[in-house]
Amino acid sequence: MTPFPAEPVAPEPLRPPADAAATGVSRRRLLGVSGTAAVAGVVAGATSVYAVTQADDASAAGAQPPAAAPAPALDAAIPFRGEHQAGIVTPAQDRLHFVALDVVTKDPAQLRELFKAWTRAAERMSLGAEAAPGGLVGGGPNRAPEDTGEAYGLPASGLTVTIGFGPSLFDDRFGLADRKPAALEELPAFGGDQLDPKRSGGDLCIQACANDPQVAVHAVRNLVRMGFGVVAVRWSQLGFGRTSSTSTAQATPRNMFGFKDGTNNVKAEEPEGLEQHVWVAPDDEQGGSAWMAGGSYLVARRIRMHIEVWDRTPLQEQEDIIGRDKKEGAPLGQAKEFDPLDFARKGPDGQPAIPVHAHVKLAHESQLGGVRILRRGYNFTDGSDGVGHLDAGLFFIAYMRNPGKQFVPMQRALASKDVLNEYIEHNGSAVFACPPGVKDGEYWGQSLFA
Amino acid sequence: MSRPSLRLAAPAVLALASVLGLAACTDKADSSASATAAGAGGPIVVNATDTACELSASTAQAGTVTFEVSNAGTKVNEFYVYAEGDRIISEVENITPGLKRELKVEITEPGTFTTACKPGMVGDGIRAPFTVTGTAVAGSADEKVATAIADYKAFVATQSDELLTGTEEFVAAVKAGDVTKAKELYPTARLPWETIEPVAESFGDLDPRIDGREDVIGEGMKFTGYHRLEKDLWVSGLQSDSSAIADQLLADVKEIAAKSKTVEPTALTISNGAKALLDEVATGKITGEEERYSHTDLWDFRGNLQGSQEALETLRPVVTERDAALQKALDARFSELNKLLESHRVSGKFVSYTDLTEADIKALTVALDALSEEVSKVPGVVEAK
Repeated sequence: MTPFPAEPVAPEPLRPPADAAATGVSRRRLLGVSGTAAVAGVVAGATSVYAVTQADDASAAGAQPPAAAPAPALDAAIPFRGEHQAGIVTPAQDRLHFVALDVVTKDPAQLRELFKAWTRAAERMSLGAEAAPGGLVGGGPNRAPEDTGEAYGLPASGLTVTIGFGPSLFDDRFGLADRKPAALEELPAFGGDQLDPKRSGGDLCIQACANDPQVAVHAVRNLVRMGFGVVAVRWSQLGFGRTSSTSTAQATPRNMFGFKDGTNNVKAEEPEGLEQHVWVAPDDEQGGSAWMAGGSYLVARRIRMHIEVWDRTPLQEQEDIIGRDKKEGAPLGQAKEFDPLDFARKGPDGQPAIPVHAHVKLAHESQLGGVRILRRGYNFTDGSDGVGHLDAGLFFIAYMRNPGKQFVPMQRALASKDVLNEYIEHNGSAVFACPPGVKDGEYWGQSLFA
Repeated sequence: MSRPSLRLAAPAVLALASVLGLAACTDKADSSASATAAGAGGPIVVNATDTACELSASTAQAGTVTFEVSNAGTKVNEFYVYAEGDRIISEVENITPGLKRELKVEITEPGTFTTACKPGMVGDGIRAPFTVTGTAVAGSADEKVATAIADYKAFVATQSDELLTGTEEFVAAVKAGDVTKAKELYPTARLPWETIEPVAESFGDLDPRIDGREDVIGEGMKFTGYHRLEKDLWVSGLQSDSSAIADQLLADVKEIAAKSKTVEPTALTISNGAKALLDEVATGKITGEEERYSHTDLWDFRGNLQGSQEALETLRPVVTERDAALQKALDARFSELNKLLESHRVSGKFVSYTDLTEADIKALTVALDALSEEVSKVPGVVEAK
C-alpha cells in the first residue's frame, strides 16, 4: 500500500504474498513480513522520528515463527474489551484523531458517570454502530440527534478508542491524589523544546484510530459532545498516515521526510517484549496506584518538521543523517531494508558506514542500555504556517511501562546529539497513564474510580 | 423580570406526547425463552437470532407492553420498538448471546408501530409491523403546558414594554445630541431585545431594520437601527441623518413591540427559542461580532442568557414532570454560566469585550457549550413526537 492513502483503504487485509519464498525473497525478509499474528504490537528501540533495526534480528531468524493468524480486515471491528485497552498493540490503523481534555466539573461523580457513558458509546462505535441506539433519527423530529451521523453506514473500520489520565488529574480536585502512579510525572524539559502550552498537557486523553478518517473523527466528536460540562477540549491533533508498522502484516510506511519509518520494530510475536517494555506489571505500582497494572504510559510529542529546509538537503546528507538509504530503507552499507544495523562496518572511505551521529544509531537500544518503547505515531499536516510553509511533521505517540526510565533517557540522548534536530522542533508534549483494558461489565477506568 | 401575577387565558392546548417510552430492563441469565404466546397482559416473547426476529404476538392492547427478548444467536443483539419515521419508542441494547432481557414499553395511543431486532447492533435490523389496539390514554401535562404558554406570553409582553421604554430614552438622547448619555443608555436599552430575539426575528424586515449590522448593505438594504447609531456614537460621530435614523428606530420598535404581543407560542417554539438564544451567544456574542463598535457584547450575552432561562422557566413544571434529571442539569448549568458572566461586571457594568482574555473567552465558551447541550434536549421532552 502507499504510505499515505488518499482514500479510505479497501476492506481487504494486508497479507504477505503466500509465495514469498518462491519469489526469491531472502529468508530474513520472509520472516520480517510473514508470521502475522492477530495482535501485533511493536516495540521499537527508537524515539523521536525513527525506529531502528533490532540487533538481535539475525538470531530471531532461528526462532520458530508463531502460529500465524490472519490480520484483521481493514474495515473489521476490533474488540473493545480485553485485558489491555485496544489501540495500543492493535495493528496500527491509518488515521488518527487525538484529543487532550481538561476536566471542568468539580464533581467526581459527574466524571465517573461520563466514563460510564463513554464506555457505552465507544463500545458501540467500535462495532460500527451509532453512539447511542437510534442515534441518527430515533429521537424523533424535535430532538437533536444523539449521534452526529457522519459515520452512519460506514463499517467499523478498525476503530479503537483508547483513554489516558494526565498527571494533573491527580491534583486535589477529585480526591485522586493518593492514586497517582509514581511513574506518571510531567516530562522534564529537553534541549531544543519549543513547547506551546496550547498543544501540551491535559487531564485526560482520547486516542481514536481507524482506517477511515471519518470514523476516527466521528468517535472523538461524539465523545467530546457527551462530555460538555464535564470536560473541555484542551488541544487536538489529526494524523493522516501511520508512521510505525505495528504488525508483521504491514508494509513499512514513510514519514514526512520521505524515509521508511519503523522498519524493524519488534513484533507482537515477542510477548515478553511487551511485558518487559510496554505493560505495567503488578509489582510496578502498589497501594493506591495498583489500578494501573495492565495499563501503559502514553507519551505524545508534536514534532514539527522543517519540510522545506529538508527538501533542499542533498540525498547523501539526508541518508547520513538518518543512517539508512532512502529508496530501500536499508542500513547504510547494507542492501536490504531488514538487514541488521552494523555500526562496526566501514564504508569505502574507511569511515563507519553508518555515521556515529546518525539517527538510527543514537536511537538504537544498544546505545541506550536496552531501553525500548512501542511507537504508534502518525504523520500530520495542519495546513500551512502563515508564511507559506507546511505545518507538517510527526505526531509521535509511544507506549511504555515507565516514561522516566524509557522515553526520558532516549529523548535526552537525541536532544543533545541528533543532527535531525536542525530539521525538527518539538512543540507539543503530554504524558498520560492509560488504564488497563475494560473487562466485561466494567467501565473505562473503573479500577481508578472504584 | 417579575413573574406574571395574572394568568392569561389558555390558548389551544398543544398536542402532547401521547406515547412515552419507559424502558425497564432486567437481565436474566436464563436463556430458554418461554414459548407461550402473549396472553392477556402477558409478555410478548421475542426470539432473536443472527438472522431472525420472531415475536409471539404482533399486536397488543394500549398500555404497558412487555417484551421478553432472548438472544439465541452468536452476535450481540438489540431490540427496538419504533413509531413512524424510525422514532424510537423504546429499546434494549447490548443483549449478548444467551441472554434474556425484559423491555416494558408504555404505549398510550393505538396505532401501527415497528419492531426490530438488530443483530450485530448495526443496520436497520430485522423488522416487522406491530399493531396496538384499544383507546388512547389521555396525557396529564396539558394544563401545565397551557400555563407555560401563558407565562411566556406575559414575559414577552413585559420585555416588549421595557424595550419600548428603553428605546424611547435612547432615541431622545441621540436626538438631543447627548453622545455620552446615548452611549450610556445603548446597551441597556437594547437588552430586552436580546431576551426575546427569536420572537422579534419572526417579523420579516423589522429585525434587520432594527438590529441589522453594516453587512446588510451587501444584501441591498439600508444600514439603519441600533447598530447604525452604535457606529455613529462610537466611531463616526453623529451624522446629519442620525436623528432620522433614531426616529425610524423608535417607530420600528413600537411596531415590533405591538406585534410581539400577538405571537402565539407553543411549548416547542418556546423551547426552540431558548436554544436559539444560546446559539446567538455562541455565534455572535462570545465572538465579539455583534457589537463591533461599542464592544458591549456582554450586555447582549446577558440578555440572550436571561431570555433563554426565562423561557425555560415557564416550562419548568413540564420538564420536571417528564425528565427531572434534565431540569436539575439545566438549573446547574444556568447557575454556572450566570455566575461566570456576572464575574465580568465592574461597578455593576459589564466590561468591554476587548478586555476579555483568551482564557476568559474559553471559560465562557466551555460553560455555554455545557448549558446549550442540555437546553437542546428540552424540545424533544416537551414535544416528544
